Amino acid sequence: LSRIGDELYLEPGGSGLSLRTVNSSRSAFASFLFAPLFFQLYEAGGPQPDRELLRCKVLMKSFLGVFRSLPSLEKTVWKGGILLKPRASRLVVQLHCKYGVTKTHNLAFQECEQLRGGFDTQRCASSLCAPARVLAEAVVHFPQTLAEVTLGAGGGGKISLRNYVEDEAELSKTMVTELWLAEDEFQRVAVTPGSRITFCLKEFRVSPARVPSSSPGSPLSPPQPPYCPQGLLTFAEASNLPLTIHYDMPGRPVVFTLDDAVLEVHLVLATLSDPESGLQPPTANGAAHLPIPSDDFADDLESYMIAMETSAYEEGSGVPPSPTFPLHTPCPAESDPEEEEEEEEEGAVPGTPPHKKVCDGHGRCLGGGGQAQPPPDPHLSPQFRSLFFGSVLTPGTPGPAPTQEVLAEDSDGEY
Amino acid sequence: MRFRAKIVDLACLNHFSRVINTIAKLAKTCTLRLTVSKLYFILADKVANGGVSLWCELCQGNFFDEFQMEGVAAEHNEIYLELVPENLSRALKTAQSAKAVKIKLTNKHCPCLRVAVELPSISSSSRIVTHDIPVGVIPRRLWNDFREPSVPDFDVSIYLPVLKTMKSVVERMKNLSNSIVIEANLSGEMNLKIETDLVSVTTHFKDLGNPPWASEDGCQSSAQDRDLESMAEARIDIKKLQQLLAGQQVNPTKALCNIVSKRIVHFILLHEDVSLQYFIPALA
Repeated sequence: LSRIGDELYLEPGGSGLSLRTVNSSRSAFASFLFAPLFFQLYEAGGPQPDRELLRCKVLMKSFLGVFRSLPSLEKTVWKGGILLKPRASRLVVQLHCKYGVTKTHNLAFQECEQLRGGFDTQRCASSLCAPARVLAEAVVHFPQTLAEVTLGAGGGGKISLRNYVEDEAELSKTMVTELWLAEDEFQRVAVTPGSRITFCLKEFRVSPARVPSSSPGSPLSPPQPPYCPQGLLTFAEASNLPLTIHYDMPGRPVVFTLDDAVLEVHLVLATLSDPESGLQPPTANGAAHLPIPSDDFADDLESYMIAMETSAYEEGSGVPPSPTFPLHTPCPAESDPEEEEEEEEEGAVPGTPPHKKVCDGHGRCLGGGGQAQPPPDPHLSPQFRSLFFGSVLTPGTPGPAPTQEVLAEDSDGEY
Repeated sequence: MRFRAKIVDLACLNHFSRVINTIAKLAKTCTLRLTVSKLYFILADKVANGGVSLWCELCQGNFFDEFQMEGVAAEHNEIYLELVPENLSRALKTAQSAKAVKIKLTNKHCPCLRVAVELPSISSSSRIVTHDIPVGVIPRRLWNDFREPSVPDFDVSIYLPVLKTMKSVVERMKNLSNSIVIEANLSGEMNLKIETDLVSVTTHFKDLGNPPWASEDGCQSSAQDRDLESMAEARIDIKKLQQLLAGQQVNPTKALCNIVSKRIVHFILLHEDVSLQYFIPALA
């Protein structure tokens, strides 16, 4: 989580404790939901009869500082606890260590609104599920510094990963790497043929850092050195969980999920939108874009390469660079009362000050580097417009809220 | 103009990758010359390179299971390409467990070397990773720029000490000075010296041996008349030397250098199937 955002949002609720963060340009959101069973003791609300559930956010750095030296923590701490003391305005993390030592960390917190990612996996047209190892092995072929990668569903049931090159001029200077995975490497493939999306690989790789387990019998306890750039992939591999990728059309966010009995992880990344396709279904223009690898793949690389060359693949008509990376979704969806995580579709605000970057080292920024914001889609509800220009405060409603869905207010007041 | 090659043997692939890694450490961009029997990685001595030049020669038969090329024309059956060796190095880096690697010259939108790696996978069909490395085709009129450099008329020729030792010495010295003096004599002694305002450091190597060079046409080279003890020296950029030494991943069968006093140092590193020559000019 620390790799994505600077603030850690803690949200206790009926279904568990949720730790969330969002990056500064609102193009990446991640959440870890720990079910009550994960903990030895879990009390979501205060002792009052109305059980007010408080959300708060703390500085990521402060929180991580508590767990600074993971190997030594694992040796000395036998019990840990997190308490929220609203009146003292402190989030208390207490580590009970060997020899009767108790370390108490008092972190200042800020009250905040609910931080929600604008996604709904139910509405995603395509999904893939694979053991994390397969995906980890796939991304290893791409350089560490690579910004964006395009995931596509090609012909013959092959899934492709390709590094994204922004414009024609760069094509003649940049090495293009493409990887094809057969359908049977995945546990489940339900994709729209010809569909593809482009997202930032860096955040996928180096997103959620491992949250140290504090309860015995937790399924997540591989020894890892602290603070090394662990990707969601590394996390998934370590916990032996299959990774599911949900995606829809270019421009709509891609959601990576990990699920197990006590933990639900979501990573939502913005994807490059394709102005040409607009709101058309991907098959309309997607099918022509991807080459059809020949079927006798394994045996004859030669014919595959010939097929690659003679196919209708047109680089130029691929996803053209878009000045914005909108995470917008057309209209708020119905809230599903069972799922606290994926509720409304609502616009994660794409606006950023011009000099903020979407991804490290990449010149484009979400919302455009000085370029005008795209006009709000006419389908958007009037509430979306208000998100552009300021947040709407919801009085701390815990569970599923109705259409009045809001992103946490940006404490920097950037817009 | 066509080029197509395939490597199936893992050992050959690793060996080839190592050569590419070495080249990548020495040059950001270089020329790849393909002939029917050999591959050459060439860096011509332009001012932009700091005057260094590189000539690396491989016998294709020692690496490739299949190798077909057709040059620009029948009488000039060669291909000269300009490429960034780092790209090739990266493409091969994750191919260490590959079933096969195919390299092909293609020209879809721009000339590229397409490296296709077939990887084993648990599924029925293999995983295929393709890397399209953009290359520049060098026209025939410029081929003269890339001729094999001749061995200079050196003053001293001497075998190098164990490269690992030399590398660690040079690396330490690099922190202290920008230039290093290599001096050697025909008695198998070599010194590496740096001198700054605060300190001078010299490392002495002895008993290195001097390679016997057969003089051509029976005429005496300048080295023959030389006093055995007298040192020939050249001051060179220490970074270039460090890059050369750091790039060596495998110990060469033979490693030697020829020093032309105050002019140039010519390094020759020979492996079984690869020869590498590197020229570092002396600093003014």
